[in-house]
Amino acid sequence: MKKKQREEDKILLSHGSGGKAMSSLIKKMVVEKFNNYILNELNDSALLPASKDKKICFTTDSYVVQPIFFPGGDIGTLAVNGTINDLAVMGAKPLYLSCSFIIEEGLEMNILDRITNSIKTASKKANVEIVTGDTKVVEKGNADKIFINTAGVGVMQKDFLLSKKKIQVGDKIIINGEIGAHGLAVMSKRENFKTDIKSDCAPLWSLIEQMLSVGGVKFMRDPTRGGVATVLCEIAANADFGIQLHETDLPIHDNVLSFSEILGLDPLYVANEGKVIAVVDKDIASVMLKQMKKDPLGKEASIIGEITKKNTGRVILETVIGGTRIIDRLTGNQLPRIC
Amino acid sequence: MKYITEYRNKNVSHKIADVINTLVKGYKGKIALMEVCGTHTHSIFRSGIMSLLSDKIEHLSGPGCPVCVTPNEYIDMAIAYSRLPDTIIATFGDMIKVPGSTSSLEKEKASGGKVKIVYSPLESLKIAKKNPEKKVIFLGVGFETTAPLVASTILSAAEEKINNFFVLSGHKLIPPAMTALLESKEINIDGFICPGHVSAIIGEKPYYPIVEKYGIPSVIIGFEPLDLLEGIEMLINQITKNKEPSVENQYKRVVRREGNEQALSLLDKVFDITDSTWRGLGNLTKSGLTIKNIYSKFDAKKQINCKIEKTKENPVCICGEVLCGIKKPFECKLFSKTCTPENPIGPCMVSSEGTCSAYYKFKKE
Amino acid sequence: MCLAVPMKLVKIEGNKGLVELSGVKKEISLTLLKDVEIGDYLIIHAGFAIEKLNEKEAKKTLEIWEEIANLQKQ
Repeated sequence: MKKKQREEDKILLSHGSGGKAMSSLIKKMVVEKFNNYILNELNDSALLPASKDKKICFTTDSYVVQPIFFPGGDIGTLAVNGTINDLAVMGAKPLYLSCSFIIEEGLEMNILDRITNSIKTASKKANVEIVTGDTKVVEKGNADKIFINTAGVGVMQKDFLLSKKKIQVGDKIIINGEIGAHGLAVMSKRENFKTDIKSDCAPLWSLIEQMLSVGGVKFMRDPTRGGVATVLCEIAANADFGIQLHETDLPIHDNVLSFSEILGLDPLYVANEGKVIAVVDKDIASVMLKQMKKDPLGKEASIIGEITKKNTGRVILETVIGGTRIIDRLTGNQLPRIC
Repeated sequence: MKYITEYRNKNVSHKIADVINTLVKGYKGKIALMEVCGTHTHSIFRSGIMSLLSDKIEHLSGPGCPVCVTPNEYIDMAIAYSRLPDTIIATFGDMIKVPGSTSSLEKEKASGGKVKIVYSPLESLKIAKKNPEKKVIFLGVGFETTAPLVASTILSAAEEKINNFFVLSGHKLIPPAMTALLESKEINIDGFICPGHVSAIIGEKPYYPIVEKYGIPSVIIGFEPLDLLEGIEMLINQITKNKEPSVENQYKRVVRREGNEQALSLLDKVFDITDSTWRGLGNLTKSGLTIKNIYSKFDAKKQINCKIEKTKENPVCICGEVLCGIKKPFECKLFSKTCTPENPIGPCMVSSEGTCSAYYKFKKE
Repeated sequence: MCLAVPMKLVKIEGNKGLVELSGVKKEISLTLLKDVEIGDYLIIHAGFAIEKLNEKEAKKTLEIWEEIANLQKQ
């Protein structure tokens, strides 16, 4: 096996898993080629200058989840909430969505009916309108039942900018609730386990609006693919601060923890679809928690860590027994293991 | 989680750690404890127990990761099978990224090879039933914990007359690897952390001759933080108090002295013990499991013919020495420069239990 | 190797069982164990029960640790 550092010559599944392989791909194929000051920020949504005092937020995402129906949701609910949450975590109120389908020949009509009903329900719940879209059908075998792309537009509500640059030592890290539910709900269907785990897929704007009204929010991200660990590693990367996380403070339901133990998965790396991680000023953290707990999506909100002076650029976890370990970014896909 | 959470108590962990640290305080020199179980490697790093213990205690990860000890030859064979038009490869997730001489199952999947990740060997039997026109080949890797499951699956295939199901056996046995390590002049081990679930199958007895011949304290240990700490305390006790080296069992709630006789008899029914090639240890006598002739119809090696590429080893990769505890990952020229989790050169970087992967993720030194 | 967790046996059907942990249920094979009863905690590895957890042994150790934990709190 003669190997030197060489590029992958094919796209692998790990290129889509939210971890390092995907980052490298994006850097090479997108950032370096399309290169502009808006894109280069690599935020969840792009901030577009619309007028002197208003900024438009614009984002897009594609949904290829398998299976397309899972406990707590389906590809339609994901396609709405995933995209509008990317707007919400930038501080923008989601307003409009486009919706494009790539459908595999032979898909049953009633399945498309179910999915579009889900999209309708989810968009009504989130107060967004689907205003444009596209539909394509490809030959059997050229798409896995259905792929959906949604693009979203929102408006920044105030002239505040959420930015990593605002983060300071002492700031607290808050999450609005339990981790790991979405990824494991999808996994339970794939691995034939019976569980009562449901995806946490939900629109976050109304909760985030409350959080912004408290003030003191420096930065937000939604921990989707790659989980909480990956988002925190991205925040800490190349920063002049470190992150300390406390395993005992991570909200996680017993069934999610148990299922991850059985499969050998780490819940810190499992996808969430109704969660926001916020870095907030330490002086307002407890007030923020109180406010969040009033919202149905914030009932289990918890302070899970803080920004530290030491361990710059790293995320360190204090384990349940008081030991320490370094949290790194997800490399490829997290796979069930026997070992 | 019953019988899990109770073993993660912080107060008790610190208490046991204090006892251990007091025991080693007066001890001259370092104490090297080796575990030979990938799940132990993972548990030790994940719990962070070493950060509670004195620097005098050194943790060595031995050849306990079945993915890591599987030689290129086996992976190349699996890859060759995956390239045949009428096969489906069923494998545990652990194997998918392991590099063979020139490719990996993950890459073959990307090129159109039919590779399915399964949680249990029984799922591969289901796949065989659903796809009667395909040959379903299950990659049988793992030690004594997993081999009985595969034996049971082969017996089910025989009973249900599923003729398109095959196993490529790469199963290996832990005690011969422990002996080989101790025979090596290059390795200094002061105590063995014996694998909890392998021991649940084989019991305590296979360790007795090893301890008797080599005088190495050996404790069978569970996987929760308190199991590890209690087990390490038992080892440190033997070592620092100059006790007669012996086999002890910390994991009594799961491991019986005689092991699981039912599982052992299934192993005996389906497999012969034969010589086997281990990455890092070479060819070890009576260290592997080969499917018995009576079940040869399920043996992929005997039933499926295809051309396999010539095995090549990377001359710079020192996975063999790393997984025997002779060298540390950062002593490898490739570690974290050319060989990373995204681009693994050797298996120690691929498996989440592989020593290099664990070091890369948790230590980065 | 050997990732395995203790799960409670809630149903037996021939040589298959249904085990449960915090609401997560899975059908598993009992071919590696004789003499199991509903309510037993079984160690589950890759879809098979490989051993029965000895609750008496477990309780012995847990009681000692509980004492230690309580001492610390005082």
